[in-house]
Amino acid sequence: MSSAQIEIQLIASVVAAACAIPGVFLILRRMALMSDAISHAILLGIVVAFFIVKDLASPILMVAAALTGILTVALVEVISKTKLVKEDAALGLVFPVLFSIGVILISRYAGNVHLDADSVLLGELAFAPFNRLEISGIDIGPKSLYVMGGILVINIVFITVFFKELKLATFDAGLATILGFMPVTLHYALMGLISLTAVGAFDAVGSILVVALMIAPPATAYLLTDSLARMLIYSGLLAIVSAIGGYWLAHGLDASIAGSMATMTGIVFLLVFLFTPSRGLIAIARRRHEQKFEFAMTSLLIHLAQHEKEPDAAWECNEAHLEAHFRWESEFADRIIRKAEKEGFITKIEDLLALTTEGRSDAQKAIVR
Amino acid sequence: MTLAQIIHDLFFDYTLRTVALGSATLGIVSGSLGTFAVLRRQSLLGDAISHAALPGIVLAFMLTHSKAPLVLILGAAVAGWLGTLFIMSIVKNTRIKTDTAMGIVLSVFFGFGLMLLTFVQKMPDATQAGLDKFLFGQSSTLQEKDVITMAIIGLITLTTVMLFWKEFKLISFDPGFSHSLGMPVQRLEIVMTSLLVVAIVIGLQTVGVVLMSTMIVAPAAAARQWTDRLGLMIFFAGLFGAISGIIGAIISSVTARMPTGPTIVLTISALVLISMLFAPNRGLVWKKIRDSIYHRRLQLEAVLSDLYLLATQHENPQHPHEISTLMTMAMGHGGVKGSLRELDRKGWVKQVDGNRWAFTDEGWQEAQTRNIKARQQS
Repeated sequence: MSSAQIEIQLIASVVAAACAIPGVFLILRRMALMSDAISHAILLGIVVAFFIVKDLASPILMVAAALTGILTVALVEVISKTKLVKEDAALGLVFPVLFSIGVILISRYAGNVHLDADSVLLGELAFAPFNRLEISGIDIGPKSLYVMGGILVINIVFITVFFKELKLATFDAGLATILGFMPVTLHYALMGLISLTAVGAFDAVGSILVVALMIAPPATAYLLTDSLARMLIYSGLLAIVSAIGGYWLAHGLDASIAGSMATMTGIVFLLVFLFTPSRGLIAIARRRHEQKFEFAMTSLLIHLAQHEKEPDAAWECNEAHLEAHFRWESEFADRIIRKAEKEGFITKIEDLLALTTEGRSDAQKAIVR
Repeated sequence: MTLAQIIHDLFFDYTLRTVALGSATLGIVSGSLGTFAVLRRQSLLGDAISHAALPGIVLAFMLTHSKAPLVLILGAAVAGWLGTLFIMSIVKNTRIKTDTAMGIVLSVFFGFGLMLLTFVQKMPDATQAGLDKFLFGQSSTLQEKDVITMAIIGLITLTTVMLFWKEFKLISFDPGFSHSLGMPVQRLEIVMTSLLVVAIVIGLQTVGVVLMSTMIVAPAAAARQWTDRLGLMIFFAGLFGAISGIIGAIISSVTARMPTGPTIVLTISALVLISMLFAPNRGLVWKKIRDSIYHRRLQLEAVLSDLYLLATQHENPQHPHEISTLMTMAMGHGGVKGSLRELDRKGWVKQVDGNRWAFTDEGWQEAQTRNIKARQQS
């Protein structure tokens, strides 16, 4: 591995963790798509600030962009408070407008500057190590590593210090207001942090990867745990794994690093979605399958218990009758009977089914329940 | 450029006519289908689908080596459709909410598309040039045959909406009830979303991925302000979509370096703003006016009843009373002077020497009947 490769992976990991940790609160507050809105709207802030300071490297660009992010949140709130449109529609209305103004400003007035919508949206991580930070002439590493490292630290400190407040405001905003935790202030602080993170991350990785990193790892973590603290930690770790995996995927295919990292967050999500014990798709399917058999067997036991000493027992407890009675396929009926036999609930004499003592008590229990 | 020149160009300039027609078609189709999405609180599904379409476009190109619009549209549709199925499946099987599921599909599919796109771009035969116009839309590259394709697909979509009219209406407003009527709600939802996918993918080339979502949300959001009827709302949404498509195309053609997609977005957003402010009944301006009329009427009633209360304390009901007393009784709610002047105009009260006011005969009668009525009601 060359030092540039190590640096890229380091930057990618820091960006990933910085995005994924506050992302947890976005998805818990059902505001996941706010990350999409913010990461697009910041284009306008960057463009306007660029026209004022005429310098792409100026930190004022970041401040302006972060302010645009907060403006987006505020505008969405103002519009949805009129109750004329729903909140999701308000979000869908606001950020394309801000983004469009940004695109128009670029194409009209910034034709020959290195500032175009492609680079904002798509980003190119491979170039990140070329932008070095030098202090009194000594190269101390890539600039974006320091910027994102700083943002990551701010995010972690903010969330650690206000953990209790954030937790309460996220799960019970009403109670938080009553107890005087100022959920609105906290909300805007969080949104400001998300904007800042999006701004810091976008020029390294592009806004789409910002969205992927802010939503997919937290959602994956959400499937793995019920504890907020664990969710934050898992989210950060999963993001780092996706970032490094994505880098090597891009390396193998010679494709966009941001695109590959986004793909990787998706793959990690898909794996968890399918295979998590107890909550995964496969576990759910298996459980449903088992429940179907269990239910069928209990039905059979109850049926036999109802009819075993009655005059029509010879007919009702006949295997051939079951298919008609329960509308079971004969193959399914066979499996149920074999299973019940194997577990010692019934005995089969020729085609006649009889309950064992154990089977009878099980049927009784099922009826009472 | 004069208006006459613009109108002439609209009909006879090939590029402008094609772009305007294409944008108008897109506006009608996405506006109509968007209405259902907005009503069902799935406004941002448009955003998710349009992003999710990208890998489909690239894969379609990789498989066929063709850039024919129909091939790319088909690829986009398949990917967009798979994306929505993913969203539905995630929401149904986990505790993850719709917005998060949309965000995952949106960003991961788009990222995957981007990965494929850069992968294709680095392949030796560089015939893929122009695929990325789907990202931002390049309506100036629209051709007449593209518009015809769009119009035919759009017509099929709208006809399907008509066929399922009753069902779509019911699942938009009361999915629970339609389920209890035995409608296959989930299958209908899939049909509806598939139509939305179609509306989106035919628009990608015109306005691009990022801005396509506006074409779904904005016409419907504007139309919602003007009517409470679904049929009319769809009609208005289509109309607003078409108007903004044409106006956006004109503005960007007469202005140098003015990209069409963003211009259309700003036009339709201006329409939304106008609708939210001025639509009769729901508009904010009318609401403000209505509120202030009510407010003044309430103040007037309060002053009348205060004066009545004072008048009943005297032998002569037309005994004049200080305005300061009335102001105290209004407990700082204000509007006392204005209300007195209004009552004066009606001839119910009169000003007596400076700051004192008294009932006229007519006013005293009025106040008494009101008081009786109020007592009867309570």
